[in-house]
Amino acid sequence: MFTPHTPQDVEAMLKAIGLSKIEDLFQEIPEKYRFPELDLPAALTEMEVNQDLESIARANGNTSEVLSFLGAGAYDHYVPAAVDMLLRRGEFYTAYTPYQPEISQGTLQSTFEYQSLICSLTGMDVANASHYDGATAAAEAVILAYHHFRGKRTKFLISRAVNPQYRRVIRTYMRGNSEISILGDNQETGFDASMEKLIAQIDTNTALVMVQYPDFFGRIIDYKPLAEAVHTAGALLAVSVNPTALGILTPPGEFGADIVTGEGQPLGIPLSYGGPYLGIFAVTNELLRKISGRLIGQTVDAAGELAYVMTLTAREQHIRREKATSNICTNQGLMALASTIYLSLLGKQGFENVANLCYQKTHYAANQITRIPGYELAFPDAPFFHEFAIRCPMPVDHLLDHLRAYDILGGYDLGKDYPELEGCLLMAVTEKIHREDIDLLQEALREVTHG
Amino acid sequence: MAEPTIYELSSPGRQGVKFPEPDVPQSPLPTEFRRKDLPLPEVSEVDVVRHFTRLSQKNYGVDIGIYPLGSCTMKYNPKINEVAARLPGFALTHPLQPDDTVQGNLYLMYALQEWLKEISGFASITLQPAAGAQGELTGVLIIQKYHADREDTKRKRILIPDSAHGTNPATSSMSGFEVVSLPSDDRGNVDLEALKGLCDENLAGLMLTNPNTLGLFDEHVVEVIETVHAAGGLVYGDGANMNALLGIVRPGDLGFDIMHFNLHKTFSTPHGGGGPGSGPVAVCEKLVDYLPDPIVTIVEPGDEETPPLYGYAHPAKTIGPMKSFQGHFGIFVRAYAYIAMHGSQGLRNIAEMAVLNANYLLSKIKGTYTLPYDRKCMHEFVVEGVWKDAPGVRALDVSKRLIDYNVHPPTNYFPLIVHEALMIEPTETESLDSLDYFADALLKIAKEAHTQPELLHEAPHHSPVRRCNEVLAAKQLILRTGPKPNA
Repeated sequence: MFTPHTPQDVEAMLKAIGLSKIEDLFQEIPEKYRFPELDLPAALTEMEVNQDLESIARANGNTSEVLSFLGAGAYDHYVPAAVDMLLRRGEFYTAYTPYQPEISQGTLQSTFEYQSLICSLTGMDVANASHYDGATAAAEAVILAYHHFRGKRTKFLISRAVNPQYRRVIRTYMRGNSEISILGDNQETGFDASMEKLIAQIDTNTALVMVQYPDFFGRIIDYKPLAEAVHTAGALLAVSVNPTALGILTPPGEFGADIVTGEGQPLGIPLSYGGPYLGIFAVTNELLRKISGRLIGQTVDAAGELAYVMTLTAREQHIRREKATSNICTNQGLMALASTIYLSLLGKQGFENVANLCYQKTHYAANQITRIPGYELAFPDAPFFHEFAIRCPMPVDHLLDHLRAYDILGGYDLGKDYPELEGCLLMAVTEKIHREDIDLLQEALREVTHG
Repeated sequence: MAEPTIYELSSPGRQGVKFPEPDVPQSPLPTEFRRKDLPLPEVSEVDVVRHFTRLSQKNYGVDIGIYPLGSCTMKYNPKINEVAARLPGFALTHPLQPDDTVQGNLYLMYALQEWLKEISGFASITLQPAAGAQGELTGVLIIQKYHADREDTKRKRILIPDSAHGTNPATSSMSGFEVVSLPSDDRGNVDLEALKGLCDENLAGLMLTNPNTLGLFDEHVVEVIETVHAAGGLVYGDGANMNALLGIVRPGDLGFDIMHFNLHKTFSTPHGGGGPGSGPVAVCEKLVDYLPDPIVTIVEPGDEETPPLYGYAHPAKTIGPMKSFQGHFGIFVRAYAYIAMHGSQGLRNIAEMAVLNANYLLSKIKGTYTLPYDRKCMHEFVVEGVWKDAPGVRALDVSKRLIDYNVHPPTNYFPLIVHEALMIEPTETESLDSLDYFADALLKIAKEAHTQPELLHEAPHHSPVRRCNEVLAAKQLILRTGPKPNA
């Protein structure tokens, strides 16, 4: 299999070391605990494990067999064939962190291109080589802001319309820091598109205000007034984005974001039941030296040729140890590469087309559904991108169960996270959904609701 | 030859992939929200495929040759792993699908949880953490909440051996702890006397990598753990070096309270050029309620005819989620395939061959390269890449010269307690021939260091680029490119 040793090899090697049997290598292990009998299933051959995994995979219902309107942070987009074909090159996926730039220019240059593409998309000055996912990128924004103000500003305002999972992860990350308070996402502040109640809470003790764009309900909100209020108070504005939306929407760099984070999964990464995904992280030039994680920079080699290296590594944990502000060691290298290839393949025209298709189909879906008596948009006045919250005339869990009979995954039950949105369903529509699919959904909803 | 960036390859009007025209009536986007310009490249599919293929050819990976990067366990990545993770039944499932539509995924995660618990000797486990560093953060946050819940708030001190990886102290201070460095004794173990002096009512815990980054198994590990426990502290095990222990000893049996795995090291999932990793965290009985949620469990036991129904449990005192969703599921599939193909004996064989390979290689170069702690090693070892009678030659020069021999350099300048360290981990997937080749290269380089040091200083000579100017990179800080000005 994967250990190439013949019995003769083992014998020769033991002899070279001066031992007579393999067990002698482990004399320093306390004898009482040495060589436990592990209770594991008998080893399978490659063919058997392939068959086993195929049958496990078949026990799932996947999005190619059902009609899915699930989004809420992970989206079912078409991934062009060339993305995965290139990811499968062993030179890319069996390499590690490019510690040796002379033989890692492939990883380094493609990561440099990733940073560039993220800057192009977000309108920001600098992007890092990525974080784990959208939630941890948001948490890193909080950590950045905390250190930016050297711990002197202790209030962090996060909009209630930021993905609930991200808000929970931020609280986990910050639980060791008892000095700070994370506010702004209570039911009282609400999620009014004017942001008035959130703005009212901004003061000179505020380090960071975080919003989502489009927000968790798919709404496109004008954050310019918020940005102004944030900057007047000397605080930082972080915007968590859905990158697909930036194919047609004004980038956050143009309305005052200091930090842009986001879930990069929609950029050519399969749903894969939640991971691995990609954490987008970009900042303005002013915050360049505060950014955590890897950065790739351009340089020259000893012969004067253009080359790429990891740079500003002195910020990182392997050098600063307990003085480092983040413990992050790696990035999501291969996922960043996937998104780089994806964005290159789609390019200026294709990426805008995808964003536009999502927008158009989503609006068609919202129109078709609100024609059914009893269904109305939860936020009727707000423009939205490729997701919308719909108030339903029956309990959402019942509705979703009924839709299952039509092989439809109807969406995400917002009541799970928002008591005030009990009875609301969050639906996402991507370019993969056809008009007929939406009509089928409308028909199913009609039957389920009105018999 | 330098490869142009994807922006430089751009030509107005080119497009790699086309999408259908909208099949629905048009709804205009309010103009105030519409972006004015989308400065992405315009390239054909052929441009893209050739560009990234050419870039790949400038990379070195395990598929090309030996990659003895210490503490990173760069073993061969079986190809079946890649095929399995891409099965549509896995790759196309949405993380928020109802549990009864993803029983395959849940079963796989449940089985992996059970296997990892069995391999490590712990009571419960979360698969969620995204990487080793995040696993560490998970563990340290568990230590923090455990003491806080007992209102034992004085416990602010985390002990970390001076041989530890930088992530350990970074994680601890990020979680609000005071980090105290613990010296090593003259055999590379934790200095027991120093440890005893630091174990009091302020002790929160100890973070211990065992085998440590010197590749040495701590000879007093049980006593070290008992000392910390006696003072009321918890012991965190950094599982970075678990490859040496598969089927050899279970950290849970030794008394560790918490440990993270690196599925991308021990269980052969690819390193991807720096991620994605996967860092499941296992804990002992008294900490099971603190794990991040959710964790896969059996919600309805099965019988002879029906399989059990799998679902999620939410630990009562959880520290909260560490990331979105359930973790790096695609990595779980690969690790599952790997463990399933090995079984109990196969896993033990991995550790045995990894340790045999390291000791064999060490025996070939010992004497030529100085070994600071002269003991049998586990799966890796550290030597000095410097000679008194070859002034001017440093460990980095040795590493760069290895590139000319088509060998990936070892880890450099780490651990910090060894002068000019070369940390070498051959892994079990290297053959005797491969090890002999590597050893010969190291011996030749040692000779060159004395006879032709300029060969080392100027190395590598045969790589896609020569030594890179890192000072210039940090000075000019060119971190991005963009469209050509006239495009």
